[in-house]
Amino acid sequence: MKATVIVFPGSNCDRDLKVAIEQSMGTAPDMVWHADTDLPDTDLIAIPGGFSFGDYLRCGAIAGNSPIMREVVKKAAAGTPVLAICNGFQVATETGMLPGALLRNANQKFICRDVDLKVISQNERFVGAFEQGQTVRFPVAHHDGNYFADDETLKRLDGEGMIAFKYADEDGTVNEGTNINGSVDNIAGIYNENGNILGLMPHPERLISDQLGGTDGKIFFDNLVNSLS
Amino acid sequence: MKARVTISLKNGVLDPQGKAIEHALHGLGFAGVNDVRQGKIIELDLGDLSKEEAPAAVERMCTQLLANTVIENYSVELLD
Repeated sequence: MKATVIVFPGSNCDRDLKVAIEQSMGTAPDMVWHADTDLPDTDLIAIPGGFSFGDYLRCGAIAGNSPIMREVVKKAAAGTPVLAICNGFQVATETGMLPGALLRNANQKFICRDVDLKVISQNERFVGAFEQGQTVRFPVAHHDGNYFADDETLKRLDGEGMIAFKYADEDGTVNEGTNINGSVDNIAGIYNENGNILGLMPHPERLISDQLGGTDGKIFFDNLVNSLS
Repeated sequence: MKARVTISLKNGVLDPQGKAIEHALHGLGFAGVNDVRQGKIIELDLGDLSKEEAPAAVERMCTQLLANTVIENYSVELLD
């Protein structure tokens, strides 16, 4: 299996993502700069977190129009799996690869802590290691993670099993009290219609060993690598 | 030719920054402020682009980059 991590000016989780993928895959992913126009042969494209282009204009807007993203959009449309984390999720919505948009957190605060997430829709490739309805713990670190979609889009997300994760408590309760950032319906992550793109605000790559405080992220990446190998 | 693009959040889209400004105004004693929505203005110097070409060109800039039409409205003012 081969994996690719996209790197923008201002990405700051690209190396964490590289470490997480390498730990599960055994070999390092290719790191591809935003100004490149060709992607190597790859079974997974990962778009990392960070503050690409300083969050100027809108989070992810300028990165979404970078040369490499034209190739990423093409490959994604042809079925290549894409994992878009945090700023990567913002980039993916800006390109239209995923529906909706990420707004400033409703409470105006930068939120940086571990959160519990409920697995909503099964997708073997991305969450096959987890049971539908169980909770997993990943950290969040964002100022603009307030997911917005209009009513029609929300119905589609719900009806077609495109909601991946919701902000919950450790028992799996999803309500206003567990909604950390104001996202509609507590949505923390979504799939595209074909199920080959996952965008999520939380960072599975930050909890990949006991020394880091948890291993749910390792379970996530082990499954991803197994399913794509 | 110059153009000014005004970008604002659509009705119904939460504007936490607008809310924070509103609270700050109330804190300063401006009790008459019922609501605040904030947006941005982008000024473009279009060089020698003609009056005929400019509207379509700016429209493309807005839809491709300047505004995210999922959450934002935009309006364009052409200035000589």
